[in-house]
Amino acid sequence: MQAREIIVPTSSVSMLRKPDPLGDTEMTVSLGPQHPSTHGVLRLELVLDGETVVKATPDIGYLHTGIEKTMEKEKWQQVVTVTCRMDYLNSMGNDLGFCLAVEKLMGIEVPRRAEDLRVLLTELNRLSSHLVWFGTHAMDLGAMTAFFYAFTEREKILDIFECFSGQRLHQSCIVIGGLRYDVPDNFIQLVRDLLDRFPKFFDEVKRLVTGNKIFQRRTMGVGKISKEDAIDWGLSGPSIRGSSVDWDVRKAEPYSGYDRYDFKVPVYHGCDVWSRYLVRMDEMEESWKICNQALERIKEPGPVLSDHPKLKLPDRELMKQHIDVMIHHFLLASEGFTVPIGEVYQSVESARGEIGFYVVSDGTERPYRVRVRAPSFVNLSALPTMVEGSLLADVVAVIGSIDIVLGDVDR
Amino acid sequence: MGIETKIGEILPEILTTRLDQIVNWARKSSIWPATFGLACCAIEMMAMTDPRNDIARFGAEVFRASPRQADVMIVAGRVSTKMAPVLRRIYDQMPEPKWVISMGVCASAGGVFNNYAIVQGVDKVVPVDVFVPGCPPRPEGLIWAIMKLQEKIEREKVFNEKIEKVA
Amino acid sequence: MSENIEQTHSVKKHPRYADVSLIRKRFNGTVQQIIEAAGEVTLIVRREGLEELMAFLRAEPSLRFNYLSDIGGVDLGEFASPRFAVAYQLYSLVHNHRLRVKVYLKEEDDAHLPTMFKLWKTANWLEREVYDMFGVKFDNHPDLRRILMPADYDGYPLRKDFPIKGY
Repeated sequence: MQAREIIVPTSSVSMLRKPDPLGDTEMTVSLGPQHPSTHGVLRLELVLDGETVVKATPDIGYLHTGIEKTMEKEKWQQVVTVTCRMDYLNSMGNDLGFCLAVEKLMGIEVPRRAEDLRVLLTELNRLSSHLVWFGTHAMDLGAMTAFFYAFTEREKILDIFECFSGQRLHQSCIVIGGLRYDVPDNFIQLVRDLLDRFPKFFDEVKRLVTGNKIFQRRTMGVGKISKEDAIDWGLSGPSIRGSSVDWDVRKAEPYSGYDRYDFKVPVYHGCDVWSRYLVRMDEMEESWKICNQALERIKEPGPVLSDHPKLKLPDRELMKQHIDVMIHHFLLASEGFTVPIGEVYQSVESARGEIGFYVVSDGTERPYRVRVRAPSFVNLSALPTMVEGSLLADVVAVIGSIDIVLGDVDR
Repeated sequence: MGIETKIGEILPEILTTRLDQIVNWARKSSIWPATFGLACCAIEMMAMTDPRNDIARFGAEVFRASPRQADVMIVAGRVSTKMAPVLRRIYDQMPEPKWVISMGVCASAGGVFNNYAIVQGVDKVVPVDVFVPGCPPRPEGLIWAIMKLQEKIEREKVFNEKIEKVA
Repeated sequence: MSENIEQTHSVKKHPRYADVSLIRKRFNGTVQQIIEAAGEVTLIVRREGLEELMAFLRAEPSLRFNYLSDIGGVDLGEFASPRFAVAYQLYSLVHNHRLRVKVYLKEEDDAHLPTMFKLWKTANWLEREVYDMFGVKFDNHPDLRRILMPADYDGYPLRKDFPIKGY
């Protein structure tokens, strides 16, 4: 029995099925690339039998930006302006991963205060990313009000980012060697206010969405992927922790001082959309705990950028008086610094999973090759396994639960 | 638009000016965007709808998923070469009157990415009415763009339009 | 093979890179070089024994690399021989250690590798991306076609002789 292909281009999914005397029941339909629920430009080719999904094939590349090629032409310090824009909801996590990789290659130690500040900013970023996930996931399943609650809180986090670096998104303030700026005057008070307000927001949200019977019915038992399949398909982050694999890169391979912080890693055993939802909600609370601890530590002043001569511009007064200091300043500012020959792989826990940077250097002032292991790319490859056999409406729930960001998938 | 030009030819100018103003006021007060969020700018476009930067005051909070029910297409984000034909198709599916706001530097001019994968400016694919700079532009910037578009709509002549729009 | 994956890394410790003496003894012909630099261990291997080595790395209880983190391609230059390098980043969830396995390939007929799909399903999309960006083919891959660029695109973008602005 051959399936007759009726390909409906773009826009929303067509629900019409013409009655066919020959008995063909399968229809190929394209979900996306322009679709409100695909969280970006993702195209899913679904073969449907009525409302049941028989086969799902993601078709990606609609946001391919050639970032890996662009990184080869930027100087080392300039690359952080581009890494932000890959996974744009977790921009500081991306920057952090790249900077850690290069610091590993160069063998540099970052000052303690810079590490704590990096942790604070990355966890705030994780919080804001999970808030977007929460708002859009709930909105896709019909709970529109949750979107407004989430985004209102998120605006306050973006205020903090703006206070620190001048930009709401794409801050580029985590650089190789530490941070670009030090903490401004009102920063600590702003963060304190936000963290004090957060538990109340959290309780409200739990009553609104987590306790909602309709939400539970739509997410329990949907999009199941077993533990073995999850490891085999390379899931990471909250998606794999919802399938009872206790793995968090921050605990397993601590970086930037994470081993000095006290936090738990939530793991749930349901392997479905509901478990992943619970994992992320708990992660928001753990991030809040880490932010509190980090905030206490950055209250003492200290350096935020490593003193290594390749990274820090020399003192201006000295530069005006001595020619060799001026030459140093000139070369750093015009050519940039070089990184020793070698290769390194550094992975970092982003809000979506393990983001890995495989950096190859050939000793010049530009990277030779930067390969980014994008968590959403690998998580999305497991989507057909999660979705085949379920209803069309469940596809939307599953896409929301694996929390893909198309900038990360396509780079 | 046939009946409107016919009316325009019959009625005296003072009445068509009044009708122009009424129709334009109706159009500018309820510009419904089509969801075309591509990348990071889409997040700021979503932030524009949140209670702090409320776009509902301008009548534009109803994001239509189907382009056939939309007035304006806010191209929010970088347009890759694979996505450009889709963009054009969505634009063609929108009924007249329609406008395009190009949000962010990636949509306006290619942005940070001057390479093989990104279309250097979405005006190579669709005609654009308002460009918004920024990477990403603040939600206030996008609200400014909508207000500028409203000013543009106010100046349009609906009746007695002798010049044909070149799409 | 079902086993108790009670993670050892809930105890806070820094990752070690894997102890490769076992591999060195058994796969003397395949492994060309072992590099330990920047705190990481890289095995340079020949293509011929690659499948066997990978199966061993996955199955051997003291190594147990059950997670394929990444497959990355590198173009060593238009006139270099070998031209391509493909690096597999392996991770063990059981023992919490990492390893990199690197294979060098010459250009044209030689730029092909056996697929790792049977061992780790992650390899499906990762190998498709290496094919799309570099032109390295993978034998017995279930679905080897372009993934990021349009299906009929001509050229391999991440090669060094491909200009950044494209053709």
